[in-house]
Amino acid sequence: MTLTSQDRTIIEATQAGLPLVTRPYAVVAESLGLSEADLIERLKHLKAQGIIRRIGAAPNHYRLGMTANGMTVWDVDDAVVDSLGEKVGGLPFVTHCYRRPRALPDWPYNLFAMVHGETRDEVVAKRSEISSLLGKACRASDILFSTRILKKTGMRLRGKEG
Amino acid sequence: MTRYLSPLERTLINRLQDDLPLVSHPFQELAQELDLSEEEVAGHIRTLRDDGLLTRFGPFFDAEALGGAFCLCAMAVTPERFEDVLTKVNAYPEVAHNYERDHKLNMWFVLATESQAAISATAEAIERDTGLPVLLFPKEREFFIGFRVNA
Repeated sequence: MTLTSQDRTIIEATQAGLPLVTRPYAVVAESLGLSEADLIERLKHLKAQGIIRRIGAAPNHYRLGMTANGMTVWDVDDAVVDSLGEKVGGLPFVTHCYRRPRALPDWPYNLFAMVHGETRDEVVAKRSEISSLLGKACRASDILFSTRILKKTGMRLRGKEG
Repeated sequence: MTRYLSPLERTLINRLQDDLPLVSHPFQELAQELDLSEEEVAGHIRTLRDDGLLTRFGPFFDAEALGGAFCLCAMAVTPERFEDVLTKVNAYPEVAHNYERDHKLNMWFVLATESQAAISATAEAIERDTGLPVLLFPKEREFFIGFRVNA
């Protein structure tokens, strides 16, 4: 995937967020010396390439009272892990769901689903819902609660040509 | 710290996790749906952002499509060595997030690098530095729909 220098400029100008006005692209376009239509056209192109996943907002789980977070992990039959993973990812309380390699013998789990809740009990109850959904295809599972954030840095594209 | 969310705010938080149209007036559709003006919709979202309930509004970029590489990693660290290992691991700028979790594998971090080769190189450097194995859990497939608050 090759980004033009104009793409990089657009990414840098929008990755911290858009102004919350009725025509946000017009405001950003003006600051970049582009027309609103050209900026939207370029963003559509980035979206078609999969570089932009969506336009929207991300919730702050902690501020929404979702202070318990559990990484639920599952050892699911390889033959059905992808179809079941889609279902787990579709549960409203699952924020992230990934298939990852096992690390045998210590780590038999190949499906990871992050569950947020207001309390640990709530997260544990949600784990049971996932368990029912997976049924017999799941051989073992565990839940890892986060006890401390040790480091958190934002991801930012560096200001250079690619 | 949490605050009361109005039904409208709950609806907005949920709808903003869908994809808004890439058009000159991105809030027009939402405004019609909610029987509000576009200004009002933008204003409510601004309040949610300013109150820290939404982290930001805008395009979400696929970090891997931008050319980076990412990998979830885990280590089993004994309590006696925890602070020492933590200092060494966090010193790497490639370590983007690091969480302590209640498991034998108790240190979980994400490596963010410019290339796939740099992931293995960084993991190996951390192993040498700490004398502990680093298990790599790269994403093989993502299943994602999104999180919803009770509306």
